[in-house]
Amino acid sequence: MAFYFVQFLTGLASAASLFLVASGLSIIFGVTRIVNFAHGAFYMLGAYVAFTLTERFSGALGFWAGIVLASLVVAVVGVLVEMVLLRRIYHAPELFQLLATFGLTLMVQDLVVMIWGPNDLLGRRAPGFKGAVEFFGQNIPTYDLFLIALSPIVLGLLWLLFQRTRWGVLVRAATQDRDMVAALGVNQKWLFTSVFALGVFLAALGGALQIPRDAVHHALDLRIIVDVFVVVVIGGLGSIIGAFVAAVLVSELNAFGILIFPKISIILVFLVMAVVLIVRPWGLFGKQEAAARRTPGLTVNPWRPLTSGERLAAWAGLAVAAMLPLVGGNYALTVGSEIAIFVIFAASLHFLMSVGGLASFGHAAYFGLGAYGIAFLAKMAGLPMIVCLLLGPLLGCLGAAIFGFFAVQLSGVYFAMLTLAFAQIVWSVAFQWVAVTGGDNGILGLWPEKWAAGPASFYWLSIGVAALAVAALRIIVFSPFGYALRATRDSLLRSEAIGIDAKRIQWTAFVIAGSVAGIAGALFAYLKGSVFPDSLGISLSVDALVMVLLGGVETVSGAVIGAIVYKMLSIWLVSQTDLSKLVLGGVIVLIVVAFPKGIVGMFETLRNRRRPELPKPALLKSRIEGAE
Amino acid sequence: MRRRYLLGAGLAVMVAGMAHSAFAQSGEIKIGEINSYSLLPAFTEPYRKGWQLALEEVNAAGGINGKKLVVVSKDDSGKPADATTAANELVSSEKVVMLTGTFLSNIGLAVSDFANQKKVFFLAAEPLTDAITWSKGNRYTFRLRPSNYMQAAMLAEAAAKLPAKRWATVAPNYEYGQSAVAVFKKLMSEKRPDIQWVDEQWPPFGKLDAGPVVQAIAAANPEAILNVTFGADLVKFVREGNTRGLFKNRSVVSFLTGEPEYLDPLKEETPEGWIVTGYPWYDIKTPEHDKFIKAYQAKFNDYPRLGSIVGYQTIKAAAAILAKANSDDPEKLIAAAEGLSMPSPFGEITFRKIDHQSTLGAYVGKTAVKDGKGIMVNSVYRKGSDYLPSDAEVSKMRPKD
Amino acid sequence: MSTAPTLLSVEGLSKSYGGVHAVRNVSFALQAGEILALIGPNGAGKSTCFDMLNGQTTPGAGRINLLGFDTTGKKPREVWRLGVGRTFQITATFPTMTVRENVQVALVSYGRQLFNVWASTPQFARDEAGRLLELVGMSGYAERPCGELAYGDLKRLELAIALANQPKLLLMDEPTAGMAPRERIELMRLTAGIAREKSIGVLFTEHDMDVVFEHADRILVLNRGSLIAEGSPEEVRRNPQVRAIYLGEGLVYDARHREGAPS
Repeated sequence: MAFYFVQFLTGLASAASLFLVASGLSIIFGVTRIVNFAHGAFYMLGAYVAFTLTERFSGALGFWAGIVLASLVVAVVGVLVEMVLLRRIYHAPELFQLLATFGLTLMVQDLVVMIWGPNDLLGRRAPGFKGAVEFFGQNIPTYDLFLIALSPIVLGLLWLLFQRTRWGVLVRAATQDRDMVAALGVNQKWLFTSVFALGVFLAALGGALQIPRDAVHHALDLRIIVDVFVVVVIGGLGSIIGAFVAAVLVSELNAFGILIFPKISIILVFLVMAVVLIVRPWGLFGKQEAAARRTPGLTVNPWRPLTSGERLAAWAGLAVAAMLPLVGGNYALTVGSEIAIFVIFAASLHFLMSVGGLASFGHAAYFGLGAYGIAFLAKMAGLPMIVCLLLGPLLGCLGAAIFGFFAVQLSGVYFAMLTLAFAQIVWSVAFQWVAVTGGDNGILGLWPEKWAAGPASFYWLSIGVAALAVAALRIIVFSPFGYALRATRDSLLRSEAIGIDAKRIQWTAFVIAGSVAGIAGALFAYLKGSVFPDSLGISLSVDALVMVLLGGVETVSGAVIGAIVYKMLSIWLVSQTDLSKLVLGGVIVLIVVAFPKGIVGMFETLRNRRRPELPKPALLKSRIEGAE
Repeated sequence: MRRRYLLGAGLAVMVAGMAHSAFAQSGEIKIGEINSYSLLPAFTEPYRKGWQLALEEVNAAGGINGKKLVVVSKDDSGKPADATTAANELVSSEKVVMLTGTFLSNIGLAVSDFANQKKVFFLAAEPLTDAITWSKGNRYTFRLRPSNYMQAAMLAEAAAKLPAKRWATVAPNYEYGQSAVAVFKKLMSEKRPDIQWVDEQWPPFGKLDAGPVVQAIAAANPEAILNVTFGADLVKFVREGNTRGLFKNRSVVSFLTGEPEYLDPLKEETPEGWIVTGYPWYDIKTPEHDKFIKAYQAKFNDYPRLGSIVGYQTIKAAAAILAKANSDDPEKLIAAAEGLSMPSPFGEITFRKIDHQSTLGAYVGKTAVKDGKGIMVNSVYRKGSDYLPSDAEVSKMRPKD
Repeated sequence: MSTAPTLLSVEGLSKSYGGVHAVRNVSFALQAGEILALIGPNGAGKSTCFDMLNGQTTPGAGRINLLGFDTTGKKPREVWRLGVGRTFQITATFPTMTVRENVQVALVSYGRQLFNVWASTPQFARDEAGRLLELVGMSGYAERPCGELAYGDLKRLELAIALANQPKLLLMDEPTAGMAPRERIELMRLTAGIAREKSIGVLFTEHDMDVVFEHADRILVLNRGSLIAEGSPEEVRRNPQVRAIYLGEGLVYDARHREGAPS
């Protein structure tokens, strides 16, 4: 019995840091609607800066002063980021801020190695909390007790801040309805900045408080960020008490999960998140979102099919691409094939995200399932390549059909998080179920058959399939189904009122997108000759998001251009420098600031500017209606 | 050194890559090297220094039969897919005669499979997985570092002598951790049928939640613990274990923990008396190693890690193979490498013909703390050749070429 | 009354939110070709009533019979399939599409082509969409992005969308809210004309009493969730209870002086 009690306390201690970081993320999201991907980076910076300061200042006072000072220093960094970067892009399409903070995260990962070196650092133990107290034969670290006491105190302080100060009242009001606060004449700029500073401070404090029990290293950010998203979503976005309860829930699940299911503790958390979201679509303490800006963006340029001239240009582009084998060597061709495959992948996500307004954070799941489909068919059933290519993507299709059914019941960030949860579940299975999937070591020996083995043949196969896939998706975009899908994105209320079953349309779109992603994954397996759990992982999902946003989420062909540019850039950078993350992150941030509509979006704006303006009627822009 | 072309992005780069190789001087031999420089700098930096030293030595001694040895190094960003792209670039554009390197097992396997498909010689440096030479072995792939099995066998030999009968295991839940535990258990159970396995902990790799794990192991009350965690997971596990007294009166046997890469971060919190494999560079008094360490410290003003040894020996081995083959034909390289013996800082090593595994060994010793730093004491070098299964067993595991 | 078939009949419709009765035991019927206004002060339960008829909200009690089908608790899209067009108090259109495309989507749905992934929508039922736009006087705006339209034009577009399924009944929630007075009269005249011509029943709520008294054949008056009066405009105008409510609220029938913004 004492054991279970101590295990419970241990879970509570783990919950403390999670709560600090998650509450920060939740507050930031609640007010600014920014999905701050860089929150993990601030957590990590908190740990690094605290390490430096606590090594510098001696004594107990030095330690605690170091922790608090470190959090303040990082909060200042956060303020700078908000003022220099985020302020410029609040009006960009939603999720664009995610792209910016993602770029920032990449940069920070390389920067901390440059500043603090590559080795794991061991921080000081907290003075006065070095040992453990005995409890019926069980040892409880005193630092755990400190953390257990800390999180309710922080929760209480935050409560006072939000309930008892004018600033807090404004923040709460802004969480409810941003436009209203703006209308009240509150200086929104500084409200956002201060909220961001508080959120970053909490993240950094969470990181700083880990140094007595953890190692400080450059992968801390990724380790925490997904968990924090999970906590925030389970608790309900914008709810601090929700973040607290969810942090405790997740940590206790971990603490007791390892006793019952030692091998699947990682899946357990995502399973719980999936169940919570299915049962309570806005998290435990969340409220249905008030009319927020619609995902992804609002364009006033209606989409139109290609004109005959543009169609000709597309054919010409394809013809030029098809001639690469005449000038390029094997390497150019394999890189070309890889780019073509990512064009397919990005186009499939674009279909879901831009056309359907459903931003999936776990689209790699279907890419990877397609790849594993090939692996199973080719290695276990020994089927010929052409059959594998036709059947392999069905696994992606099947996965999308099952997960999509649940995912489309939600919208916005909750949809994104549920797709992320599903992708993580699939990834964990592939990573940990070694007997079937080969685990981390993957499945090898999936090379194409003779007819497609040469780099040129495979390249032609890839661009051929890519052209077909992109053309097919384009046809669907302008088909009645595509319009119905856009209708559900533009106005659920109106689409329902003209007889459109939004969920079924969205589900179908999800399955189409998943299947096309599966096709990309299938080709990818043959290109690489092997399949690894990476091809289901978060970083690939994020890559796809970046491609779509980079190209321009409000455009029809953005994904194609975004995929080509991003993939070329990243392959080139990885080949040329060890600091590819720093450079790539910097480029992403620059693009976000310079071209908030993405590359294609920028060109369209330029083109429209050159056109003579239509005389516009006195504008009274329709208010965008929210979810019912 | 790394090549940087002052070129814009895009197709031009790829085309230029090929143009470059067309003009490669005939007085050079190029080998390709791939590793996770951006993902795992703590391990790959010393490794890079190691191979840079070796390269310098090889060329100072006249290169490969008079030709200058050139290493073209690429980052794989820790992803198998990127590693195959890099391998492709090295083989197709840079026209390297062999591939070397890799740290992570999955990347080693991906490149090994690539090598097999494209018929390129591949000398895997660091990946530990047994599969690379056994169940997924192929004729183009050789491996330098002692495998998972070999390290397990070395540890099991020492562990079997412990009185402990109740054992618990903790390992990261992925292929490496799972196979390390499986091999160790198998070898231990052969030597000591009397032992019991009382608890298994499988924290997710990189996300070990130390408190609950330590608590759960303590609850099973084992007499000894097998640890396979490493890196940041290990730091957390050790800290929490120390605080909660998990290691008091318990034996711990631990993979890799004696390697400076893993031991140094633990500083004064290094637990004492763990039986570990590793690299006690401060404690090795052989002429070969003295020579290596002097050269290394002179060049880099830093002490070597195990990665330094592996990087150094990888290029030394590559040079030896190339010199013997005197050709860039992969078949001739394989023929030259099979059974080839050469000196190393750890003494003479041989690349076995039967499975292409080198007989490089490891040091087994106990952890201790000295001047606030973790060290290995009572270390003994275990030759790799003594800890490999019989030829018959190996042939059974390895697919026929 | 007339011999026209009953389009809609409502019996004992009720709904309460957390103990507050938003709508209490409301019953009425609507004949084909009839224009029926539902009026009442703010918070009288008009919108709740509308949402229940349309399927947006599930009734707490009571039955709704539409065109001979029991539609109690049916979803909006099922109600729509029976031939009911709907416009909203705050317009709901598809801002990223052109005006014509907005109508085309409705026609696609009406033609049961929603899952057609092959046809080209820009060509789909182009002429039909054009006719509907002409009907509401929006032909000149067909290729405009819907997001650029002025509010009054959006209302007319909504009417065109609502007519796409050749409805037998139109449900219009505050059709003239947010419009200039002249536009209001125009829009209602247009609606009434179409309704009479095609023998469509219209149920609408309205704040503007000029509009109501000019166009409604019959008026229902809601107050605090209950139906307090029903009858021809003349009867309702004379009803002392109705007078009390409206005068009590400080509202006069002549609403020409309060150009309300969309609420």
